[in-house]
Amino acid sequence: MKWHRIYAMLRRYLYLYPRSVPRILDIFFWPITELLIWGFLTFYLRQINTSIPNVATAILGALVFWNFIQRSQQAVSIAFLEEVWERNLINIFVTPIKMTEFLAATLFVGVVRLILIGLSVGIAAFLLFQFNIFSLGLYLVPFVVNLFFFGWILGLIATSIIMRFGQSAQVLAFALTIFIQPFVAVFYPVQILPGFLQPIAHSIPATYVFEGMRSVLFKGTLPIENLVSATVLNLIWFSIAITIFFKMFAYVKDTGQLLKLVD
Amino acid sequence: MKPILTVKHLTKVFNGITAVNNISFELYEGEILGFLGPNGAGKTTTIQMILGLITPSKGEITMFDKDIKTHREEILSKVNFSSAYVSLPGNLKVEENLYTFARLYGVKNYKKRIQELADFFEIKQLLPKLYISLSSGQSTRVNLAKALLNSPKLLFLDEPTVSLDPDITDKVRKVLKKIQKENGLTILYTTHNMKEVEEMCDRVIFINEGKIVTEGPPTKLIERFGLRDLNEVFIKIARNKE
Repeated sequence: MKWHRIYAMLRRYLYLYPRSVPRILDIFFWPITELLIWGFLTFYLRQINTSIPNVATAILGALVFWNFIQRSQQAVSIAFLEEVWERNLINIFVTPIKMTEFLAATLFVGVVRLILIGLSVGIAAFLLFQFNIFSLGLYLVPFVVNLFFFGWILGLIATSIIMRFGQSAQVLAFALTIFIQPFVAVFYPVQILPGFLQPIAHSIPATYVFEGMRSVLFKGTLPIENLVSATVLNLIWFSIAITIFFKMFAYVKDTGQLLKLVD
Repeated sequence: MKPILTVKHLTKVFNGITAVNNISFELYEGEILGFLGPNGAGKTTTIQMILGLITPSKGEITMFDKDIKTHREEILSKVNFSSAYVSLPGNLKVEENLYTFARLYGVKNYKKRIQELADFFEIKQLLPKLYISLSSGQSTRVNLAKALLNSPKLLFLDEPTVSLDPDITDKVRKVLKKIQKENGLTILYTTHNMKEVEEMCDRVIFINEGKIVTEGPPTKLIERFGLRDLNEVFIKIARNKE
């Protein structure tokens, strides 16, 4: 992999941010709007004096973490769609860039978005609702890394489907995380889910992060097996997603569909 | 002369339909080759196979004596492409587009190179503008500047002058001729403008229904078919399939 090509694509996407209102809204406005809604709910829960301690913190923490997955997934899919919308896909793929370099660039775009969203939502949550994301201490690092990586894996899957089915599937770039959200146990424990859905929840890496986060907040300890499970599942899902992605890329090159994407 | 591009028995079948049927040709160093044919003849599919965007069903493609399948990165660093149908991102400024592609091609001292090309194509005043705000003539010049960023040895031009007025078309042709002469650039050129082909190309290949129908220098082909110009040759070849 050549860094100058990864950097070229990273800069290409970052050029857009300062002057694009939708992108600014995506980083600062929507996550904070969501935070306000859930933040007010937590105020209400405090008022009615719920018997579960730390419930408000758990909801806000889950919300901040969920944003990490969602925005990281979108970083990959929207970067690819950007080239489709701008009819620039051919220009990119006739340069010496490798697909792995393109994907690495989307990973870095995701890191930049993660930092910006983390800072904006983290600061807003602290100022408005006295929720300090750093109260999770050092557990924060593996949590965030696992969530971010899982979001990126979902981005690979969404992009593979968009490549295969064209722009009609582009809704996935924005909505794939919403489809899986009920199974990830973001705001509630896995045992709340009906029995037949629990195996699905247990096959998703992010589930273990949200369970772990609640364990830290409610019991003050992190079952290490949660982090191990999340990491191992992420590696398994990554192998599956990258295989699907490259098979789909080979398929669209074979059928000529890669070029039809921009027609 | 040494071939820069060699295509051997290239075939592409899509869902049982043969788009390109066992074509072979060579493109020599410093040559401008017109790759011509009616719509749907297989020109675009062939070029896209050469550029590695479509996987061939059969055949071999070598550029600079190397196979595109195994030396993609090395080959594409010496090649570039410009098409009237492929735009640069409209939401980036012209200079941002050029910086991006210069970095992708690993151009050393790229700011200087961009200034040189901006001077040459008279697009200096366009550099801080959004690409989407440019006229057709301006975007064609920017596309050509992008296509020359890496000082390619082989350039693929897909209808570079389509949708341009005769004045700009004439300027673009002159600029291309000048670059080709000065740098010994090899060009594979597609267009439906036969007057342009007569003016620009050293040799042409006519393709129809995925097969090479005829090839040779434009004047020789006109003689061979006993017609007045290349436009008539084109029409004759295109209608022969019916």
